[in-house]
Amino acid sequence: MSTMIKPGAQRQLKNHTSFGQSVRNSLTMAYRGLLKIKRTPEQLFDVTFQPIIFTLMFTYIFGGAISGDVQNYLPMIIPGILVQTVITTSIVTGVQLREDMEKGVFDRFKSLPISRIAPLAGALLADTVRYTIATVLTFAMGYVMGLRPEGGLGHVAMAGVLVIICSWAISWIFAFFGVIARTASSVQGISMIVLFPLTFLSNAFVPVDTMPDWLQWFVKMNPISHLVTAVRDLVNQGTMGSDLVFSLVGAAVIVAVFAPITVRAYMRRT
Amino acid sequence: MSQIKKQPLQSKDWAIEAHGLVKVFGDNRAVDGVDLQVATGSIYGVLGPNGAGKTTAIRMLATLLRPDGGSAKVFGHDVVKEPQIVRQLIGVTGQYASVDESLSATENLVIFSRLLGLGRAEARHKAEELLEEFGLTEAAKRPLKNFSGGMRRRLDLAASLIAQPPLIFLDEPTTGLDPRTRNQMWDTIRRLIQSGSTVLLTTQYLEEADQLADRIAVIDHGHVVAEGTVDELKSSVGTSSLHLRVENLRDIGLARQTVERLLRVPTSISAEAAKITAPLASADRVTDLLIALREAGISLAELSVQKPTLDEVFLSITGHGVEEKSAPASAKSIQVEGQTV
Repeated sequence: MSTMIKPGAQRQLKNHTSFGQSVRNSLTMAYRGLLKIKRTPEQLFDVTFQPIIFTLMFTYIFGGAISGDVQNYLPMIIPGILVQTVITTSIVTGVQLREDMEKGVFDRFKSLPISRIAPLAGALLADTVRYTIATVLTFAMGYVMGLRPEGGLGHVAMAGVLVIICSWAISWIFAFFGVIARTASSVQGISMIVLFPLTFLSNAFVPVDTMPDWLQWFVKMNPISHLVTAVRDLVNQGTMGSDLVFSLVGAAVIVAVFAPITVRAYMRRT
Repeated sequence: MSQIKKQPLQSKDWAIEAHGLVKVFGDNRAVDGVDLQVATGSIYGVLGPNGAGKTTAIRMLATLLRPDGGSAKVFGHDVVKEPQIVRQLIGVTGQYASVDESLSATENLVIFSRLLGLGRAEARHKAEELLEEFGLTEAAKRPLKNFSGGMRRRLDLAASLIAQPPLIFLDEPTTGLDPRTRNQMWDTIRRLIQSGSTVLLTTQYLEEADQLADRIAVIDHGHVVAEGTVDELKSSVGTSSLHLRVENLRDIGLARQTVERLLRVPTSISAEAAKITAPLASADRVTDLLIALREAGISLAELSVQKPTLDEVFLSITGHGVEEKSAPASAKSIQVEGQTV
């Protein structure tokens, strides 16, 4: 306070934030998210145990019935369970955002001359750590149970990145619920209602041709099915097809739609 | 530069200019046509009880809330049309500390510094500097959960000063602090002014406004009911108030008449406690009053002179106390000299 403050009327200021500043602000907010995870590691319980438990459970329950034995089921179920687990994890993003926004610190973020999207984008970005943990553990479980991906490690890594990108995109939907909902538990409720049918009415766990025709129509349209197929192609054959393109385009569309409306809802909220 | 030149000259002198600000929540008009003009380099106090609309007004000026009516400018920049510019000119310290509970003091300041565009090393340096200045160095690494209320407020204020904003909003900066911590906060606020900042603070305490503010606006039910310098306001209230407790409850009516006749002011009365409260403009008159009471055969159980409280400011300005139920029927509003609204 020893230095004199430059008078307000003499400052030259701009009324918009540049793209570069938005990225920098978002990264700083992501750093904040990581620090919070470091302070409360117990919030990683779900991403640690869910992949382990679900992978074991589904593989041994459905393995014999669907593919004859567990070993033959693994190439089918691991990509399915990976997508299901990681996307389910992204619900927590919305719930935590809701809790976070109720704290006074969000008032300060709003009063700072930072990009409006940064507090949201940063929180979502930090959560990719959670998706990464879930992805690595699911593949690790698959490997322990006997999955030997034909596609090789490189393609498995690509599949992992694909799932993380898509989950990040989908987390914008839950972030939107997080911003508009009144309580954290209602975010959880709405999100589960949306996500449960989407993940189960897909090809994640069973072959599509065993389903009735009208359901097949939906399952084949379901973006989750395309993502699961893209991951299977990468993991089992090391190939990239239209499903991969469809998944990435879908992710981009979700972000393009939900990021602006989420930021807008966030700005409105007082 | 061209933008600055275009502005009319007088707007340069005002850090804040608000005209007819309105904010409605449901059917509650929280802020109902507030006008404020805050001169650059001054401390401006907004005084009012809980729920008067102080915080809502500040939140609108700080771009946190969109006004439903009226307009406001900060250093000539409209808070609705140019919010991002306004945000570069202000620091906001909330009623509830707006810092991150789960992080340490250093981490909080580093993150805010980084968000304001400081580099990694600069941010760390700035955090250390501010922690040192606010006496928080020892607690720098501890999580905020273990911070006392005073430490939290100081950190909150430190966070508001990172960008050296020319205008600082302090929303009840000392509510809930012990007297020693409150004095420290006051010193800090005074130093801010010396460095050229403008401060708008809200408070429930007349003493705080008295100690710090150059000008005061009194807000009640979303309206500015009085505005002026501390001296103007005080002269309208009387510098202190006289409290009398009569020995015998049935004397209270007569005692009150005597007080009102001799001091020529409205009084408030609490019958259960047999207590009469009156603004006291001149201590000299008390002598006359006491003689008159003795002559009337009224004996007093207790007599004290107290500095005016917010309640008395309200009594004299609005004609009612802070709480509706304490408003005495006979207390008529008196004309406030120097009132500009």
